[in-house]
Amino acid sequence: MAKITFDGIEVEVEDGTTILQAARKIGGSVVPPAMCYYTPLKGSGGKCRVCLVKVTQGSAKDPRPMPKLVASCITPVQDGMVVENTTNEDVLNARKGIVEMLLINHPLDCPICDQAGECNLQDLSYEHGVNATRYEEERRTFNKVDLGPYIQLHMSRCILCYRCVYTADQITPERVHGVLGRGDAAEIGTYIENVIDNEFSGNVIDVCPVGALTDKTWRFKNRVWFTKPLDAHRDCPTCSGKVTLWTRGEEVLRVTARKDQYSEVEEFICNTCRFDKKETKDWTIEGPRHIERSSVISANHYELPVLNVPIVPNLPSSTKKKLPQH
Amino acid sequence: MGIKILTEHINVPGIETLEVYRKHGGYRSVEKALKTMTPDEVVEEVKTSGLRGRGGAGFPTGMKWSFLAKPEGIPRYLVCNADESEPGTFKDRVFMQKNPHALIEGMITSSYALGANTSYIYIRGELMFVLRILEKAIAEAYAAGLLGKNILGSGYDLDLHVAPGGGAYICGEETALLESLEGKRGNPRNKPPFPAVKGLFASPTVVNNVESIASVPWIVNNGGAEYAKIGIGRSTGTKLISASGNINNPGVYEIELGVPVEEFIYSDEYCGGIWKGKQLKAVVPGGSSVPILPANLILKTAAGEDRLMSYESLSDGGFISGSMLGSGAFIVFDEDQCIVRNTWNYARFYHHESCGQCSPCREGTGWMEKVLHRIEYGHGHQQDIDLLVSVAKQIEGNTICPLGDAAAWPVASAIRHFREEFEWHIRHPKEATLPGAVYRGQLAEITA
Repeated sequence: MAKITFDGIEVEVEDGTTILQAARKIGGSVVPPAMCYYTPLKGSGGKCRVCLVKVTQGSAKDPRPMPKLVASCITPVQDGMVVENTTNEDVLNARKGIVEMLLINHPLDCPICDQAGECNLQDLSYEHGVNATRYEEERRTFNKVDLGPYIQLHMSRCILCYRCVYTADQITPERVHGVLGRGDAAEIGTYIENVIDNEFSGNVIDVCPVGALTDKTWRFKNRVWFTKPLDAHRDCPTCSGKVTLWTRGEEVLRVTARKDQYSEVEEFICNTCRFDKKETKDWTIEGPRHIERSSVISANHYELPVLNVPIVPNLPSSTKKKLPQH
Repeated sequence: MGIKILTEHINVPGIETLEVYRKHGGYRSVEKALKTMTPDEVVEEVKTSGLRGRGGAGFPTGMKWSFLAKPEGIPRYLVCNADESEPGTFKDRVFMQKNPHALIEGMITSSYALGANTSYIYIRGELMFVLRILEKAIAEAYAAGLLGKNILGSGYDLDLHVAPGGGAYICGEETALLESLEGKRGNPRNKPPFPAVKGLFASPTVVNNVESIASVPWIVNNGGAEYAKIGIGRSTGTKLISASGNINNPGVYEIELGVPVEEFIYSDEYCGGIWKGKQLKAVVPGGSSVPILPANLILKTAAGEDRLMSYESLSDGGFISGSMLGSGAFIVFDEDQCIVRNTWNYARFYHHESCGQCSPCREGTGWMEKVLHRIEYGHGHQQDIDLLVSVAKQIEGNTICPLGDAAAWPVASAIRHFREEFEWHIRHPKEATLPGAVYRGQLAEITA
């Protein structure tokens, strides 16, 4: 076990834990953001650099500070390590700079983007971005690409986090897409406009932190905050069948894997569950999905049972509305 | 005339053949090491020599070797980094082209020291003609029993391969090189684990520059202590310098570390002075990735002492008034050279060569290049200069590999030392964009 101090809070974690995971053990607002790191995907992390933190003391044995900011998602803790994140000005300045870089070529089309409301970059920009851009040059744009019947790639929004590439590499039987080109000309591609066609391909949509890979069966159908997320499951021969249904009224508009508070899927799901089972009768509904109160998705969603209390207490009992019992 | 370790016989006709190379004492270190020394003894000699990595970072080679993990049952690898592609750097190419057996001899001796039975020379794909020269020399070495099974009857086996890269600058970074050598996209890996623990094919690996490896035979033949006597301070031995730019004698020179910069620029033995007798304006002393220094600072340190060709002296003053020896690519600018245009040119290179893996480098290199392009072509604003400094700062130190620093330093240092030249470009867009237009200080201000 290793004891580390993160933003002045002591936490004890197992050896080999990364700084980010140690911070997540503390939870709350001290946790560094992560755009490319994704716990279920091996080898992910270290690329976006938004999780940079300052290690002011390497360990109890070697108390020297690390000379540069380090990526918390890939740096293992050492006993006695002291880390500063929200309490260090250099870290916050670096993060502000990196958010600015990420937004250079990312279009601010949140009003029409299907990821709006559940976009990691949107949250990151809100917390660490600035109001005006200093970038005057021409921006990178691409045509939209259909990666088969279910997935659309909008490369202009891609921040090259590589998550979808790792997903295809690690959880799907074959990989037909990857990163082509170099530098800011790099792009996610399938070489000669191929199709991502396998039973787990839909998971690339879930892991995308921005709106670059979107679900064609959901695109432009609704805004996410108008839908109601419900946990549901079915007996699926291919995957666990544990999903979140995004409903409006009786209609199932979208099916996704269940995600935790860090927007990471708990279990990857198959395409049959995701794209083909769009009726409530296909599913056993477990109840409302817990969504963090801070998320825009939680607007208008009430998880807690509505209490049977009179809304207007002084009205005669004959006029009181009968509220459902729970 | 200083001592020559690497280039003593480089101009001997036929030195690229095994026969001539052996006549001039070639492969003596292999015989000595394999027959009379243990691998650890070879490592100790290299440690004693104080040899520092010649690829740019200058990390002590012997110490790097001693970090190599030695788990049982797992192969170890030595990889020679011959992916030389930084603007201004061409020393390894010349060396390999003229004296391939010297590198092969170094590879055998070094591989023996590290316990590697398979080694690779990773060479830039564009240098196919050098690859052919190396392959021919390797075939000769195999035929003479210097490579393959039971080398010289010592019981030591070594296979040596030459692997051409895809031609990306980033593949010169050691972990990107290993990815490329494994047949993958040349993206740098996150460290740790370091290659000494988990490198090529997840095995312990040492990656060394051509010049570092080629220096090992001399160290083995003459002893590390002898090598340490050459040079100055912690900059021991000799160094190949590829000199280019506005000098009378561009080329590759082997210098004893510690030669005064002034002597290197103006003596006939080396650069032979500035071309056409013009004034020295600036020097990039270690390849395009290191900070540029104006004439006064390249000749004298901040403390007023003579600036020497050594790791310590060139970096004296840090990034305020110092630079780095780097890979030893010495690029000289005379008074007619435009610093803004040169900085844009460097930025263009790093923008093109960034692998795109991490955000600050991917986006920042392109941003800097575009702003510099605007300034150079007469569309800049005064605030662009501070913007460049700010973007360079956002990149520096925040990337996976040193390419981010390599892209940021030339821009930041050019503005630090030649800010008025950038300002002049912005204030006088018409004059500044004329062919050959160069800022010449106050005179330009008066005549503009």
